[in-house]
Amino acid sequence: MFGNLDFDVIRRALPYLFYEGMTFTLTLTGLAALGGLIFGTALALMRLSGLKLLGRIAGVYVDFMRSLPLVLVIFWFYFLVPYIGQWVTGAARPISVGAFASSLITFIMFEAAYFSEIMRAGIQSISRGQPAAASALGLTYAQTMRYVVLPQAFRNMLPVLITQTIVLFQDTSLVYVLSITDFLGAASKVAQRDGRLVEMYLFAAIVYFTISCIASYGVRRLQARIAIIR
Amino acid sequence: MIEISHVNKWYSPTFQVLTDCTTNVTKGEVVVVCGPSGSGKSTLIKCVNALEPFQSGDILVDGTKVNDPKTDLPKLRSRVGMVFQHFELFPHLKIIDNLCLAQEKVLGRGHDKAQTKGMQLLERVGLKEQAQKFPAQLSGGQQQRVAIARALAMDPIVMLFDEPTSALDPEMVSEVLDVMVDLAREGMTMMVVTHEMGFARKVANRVIFMDRGEIVEDAAKDDFFGKPRSDRAQKFLSKILSH
Repeated sequence: MFGNLDFDVIRRALPYLFYEGMTFTLTLTGLAALGGLIFGTALALMRLSGLKLLGRIAGVYVDFMRSLPLVLVIFWFYFLVPYIGQWVTGAARPISVGAFASSLITFIMFEAAYFSEIMRAGIQSISRGQPAAASALGLTYAQTMRYVVLPQAFRNMLPVLITQTIVLFQDTSLVYVLSITDFLGAASKVAQRDGRLVEMYLFAAIVYFTISCIASYGVRRLQARIAIIR
Repeated sequence: MIEISHVNKWYSPTFQVLTDCTTNVTKGEVVVVCGPSGSGKSTLIKCVNALEPFQSGDILVDGTKVNDPKTDLPKLRSRVGMVFQHFELFPHLKIIDNLCLAQEKVLGRGHDKAQTKGMQLLERVGLKEQAQKFPAQLSGGQQQRVAIARALAMDPIVMLFDEPTSALDPEMVSEVLDVMVDLAREGMTMMVVTHEMGFARKVANRVIFMDRGEIVEDAAKDDFFGKPRSDRAQKFLSKILSH
């Protein structure tokens, strides 16, 4: 069965696959995770703020994002952003944002919904005595959150946050709908060009599998370490 | 220093936790609050620095009205030290950083000055060697001494203790009480919710006995231990002192 497979095609495509494809995938994953975490934490704070309107807005946003398929969001957002930009800035024609910016914004907005639920659980996991002690020392609400509650919530939730980022790493491959050259996109292009679909997709699968596996193993070790500190 | 007048608090329209509580703590005085569990003593002490809101009555701390919406609560709280039943050290910070956080962020002290002050206070509670450890690495008694040092680092004008020894193993109670006795003898104004009657006998000026949300008895220490006026206080004392 493997008799007429040409694995040398992979070797020849390696520079292209990794320098262009993987660099893009990792950049998008990293920036989207960072942005999603910041925006998501803001959403979580809104939901826990006790202000009904703020909480409602954040709740609706999170539910909305979580009930749409990611690929649809990417697709729609890519076509809508230029028009939203035009409407906001009042420009004469739709603003071109580029595929990278568009996909990054989409992933940040989408991931924020998931990260916000994780951070909300993290914040709620901290005993009420902690913010009480911080307040008793004279820290304001914002200082209490910044120096006492959020660092603990983040630390407690770090394994879950990384697991979600591994999922994000795999999900970034969906940017193929915008014909962007991420890792899978690069592999796909080589596969089409050289007519070596089986080899290239097999190789792409192995790479995604390996990276995700190593990261998951790292998460398990991290969990064990956090359990000791606590 | 602390003036509590006619404070009422309800958790729900039918459940009143504090009923017309009136008392005061003058400068340099040590007042022990005792009573059966659920009597509202912890709630009352938490009202003093507004960690618990109350519906009617007034509390003044050093002339500032706690329940005035215009009061700068963080500023007021920074001058009132509080020690909790469950220590509530910040587990993600080293011991010394636990002592420095509020000094730097609230009082605006420089890092070096805060560190020096923190180390002095750790030495005072006998825990200088533990400065670089994390709270989870310390015993309960050590953690509570750190918590006291953390409150003292803010140079408070009054200290509130909410059952500071209730969560401790018996052999660790005395190391915490020793620190508190020293503090009382140095003239610190203190309001202490506790069941440690030995502590009350040693350093208290007055004892307040609470039951079902009311201040039943508010008497000088010797009067209270000599001959409590109310039945309820007598019963409580006979139970707690019979061992």
